[in-house]
Amino acid sequence: MTKRSIFNNKVLPYVLLAPQLAITIVFFFWPAGQAVAQSLLRQNPFGTRTAFVWFENFAYVLSDDAYLQAVGNTILFSGAVILLAMGSGLLLAVTADKPIRGAGVYKTLLIWPYAVAPAVAASLWLFIFHPTIGILGRALNQVGINWDYTLNGTQALLLVILAAAWKQVSYNFIFFLAGLQSIPRSVLEAASVDGATPRQRFWKVIFPLLSPTTFFLIVVNVIFAFFDTFGVIHSLTRGGPAKATETLIYKVYVDGVVNLDLGGSSAQSVILLLVVITLTAMQFRYIERRVHY
Amino acid sequence: MARASRLGGSWQAHLILILGVAIFVFPVFVALMGSTYDVGTIARGEMPLRPGPRAIENYSQAWTSGEGTRVKGAAPVRRMLLNSLIMGLVIATGKITISIISAFAVAFFAFPLRMFFFWMIFITLMLPVEVRIIPTYAVISNLGMLNTYQGLIVPLVASATATLIFRQFFLTVPDELVDAAKIDGAGPMRFFWSILMPLSTTTIAALFVILFIYGWNQYLWPLLITTSKEMNTIVIGITKMIGVGDAQNDWNLIMATAVMAMLPPVVVVVIMQRWFVKGLVESEK
Repeated sequence: MTKRSIFNNKVLPYVLLAPQLAITIVFFFWPAGQAVAQSLLRQNPFGTRTAFVWFENFAYVLSDDAYLQAVGNTILFSGAVILLAMGSGLLLAVTADKPIRGAGVYKTLLIWPYAVAPAVAASLWLFIFHPTIGILGRALNQVGINWDYTLNGTQALLLVILAAAWKQVSYNFIFFLAGLQSIPRSVLEAASVDGATPRQRFWKVIFPLLSPTTFFLIVVNVIFAFFDTFGVIHSLTRGGPAKATETLIYKVYVDGVVNLDLGGSSAQSVILLLVVITLTAMQFRYIERRVHY
Repeated sequence: MARASRLGGSWQAHLILILGVAIFVFPVFVALMGSTYDVGTIARGEMPLRPGPRAIENYSQAWTSGEGTRVKGAAPVRRMLLNSLIMGLVIATGKITISIISAFAVAFFAFPLRMFFFWMIFITLMLPVEVRIIPTYAVISNLGMLNTYQGLIVPLVASATATLIFRQFFLTVPDELVDAAKIDGAGPMRFFWSILMPLSTTTIAALFVILFIYGWNQYLWPLLITTSKEMNTIVIGITKMIGVGDAQNDWNLIMATAVMAMLPPVVVVVIMQRWFVKGLVESEK
């Protein structure tokens, strides 16, 4: 869609675009290009010689057991975070959408965790589930469960899932509520008049009508679980114990920044880049669909 | 009357919502309590769930020195809060400024390569910092911007999302307004300041809330770019204080710091709730 009424300056539009484009080129396109280039190169351990190795870095990364474990961890972690955060968000939104007293107050009390940084959320849950000083961590040990997330990989994974999901529920709540409120009341009343039970009304009418919101939220939650939970993992477990909580993004960081394996880390970055491109394309298809919807 | 009884009813609904609120509030409540005791009480695992006697001492110690018996080398909270505040405010303001003028250029001018530039901005959506960590770090390092506010802020100031939102909004501005402005002899910048900006205030406010929180909560980027404690943001500071999570840590100070780290963004969201929800829902369209 183009505007018919426009200004005809020759230089001004370029001046207006310059700051954004300059940052985009220097800090986005150039480094992204470098990442792709480095993923095809290999340096000797002293960094003195660089050789072009085609897709050897990718082959190495994809056959590396540690990487495959990180893939598994990421799928498990993301799946759990998404289910937990979206399920709770939907339940709360459906409930808050009912005509009950104090709905506005509940809404305010349910949206604020959005503002808590993932790493801060992690520190709060750490304080609660610490095996020796945490309220619940100690309680678990007292009832005979051997709780120590610094030694037990499963428990560590549970803890990072909990902290990450806790922070993300609000986001899903806000979007589900907005989605519910855009469903025409007449449709719901028609269902009631036709004798649908509340359960049928939800699964046969509300849930299908919410599907664009749900689809959109799945994409956003995948991106959150893949990338934005770095802070949770970095401040809670550092990927441990024994790499049990090392996700793909955490591994890129460790291999690149800590172990200084440029080729391997760049190859991992490029793989993640493909994931982001796929997700963004999916999101885009959703936007197009909703225009027709 | 029928409506009134429906309004009060459904105790299950209240139960679910109260439970939800309780799960949200619980960790914050425990943190608040933790910030009012001394190190020993917490380390022995004897912290009760009611306010303790050391609130003022803990908060003032965290605020002015940030160092306890175990935590050394942390910056005072006031310094880290200042860094986070600068990051949140400048990123939000910068993103909005840069994006509104790019959207203005794309929506109201005809010039060669217009759509090419628009797509260039749009594609950055697919290049989050996580997929270009080391090369971006190298750029910042070559520019001598490590441990500076510029290094923390400038790379994050481009915004495809904000540009898209402003462009979307500008396309709904009726042509008649542009024509009227032209007939009255207004140039493009006059049109921008006197007509477009006043029309955009709600969009700007909504975006500001979202972007302020985005800037405040940044993690990976400040972790890479800042090594000196004076430049730490408060979110990074907490992780540094926690270290490996030792039981003998100054948990009272850590929890006081955590409370102060989440207070500003939470207050912004609660006070500007209407704009926040609008901005969030619209920004994802």
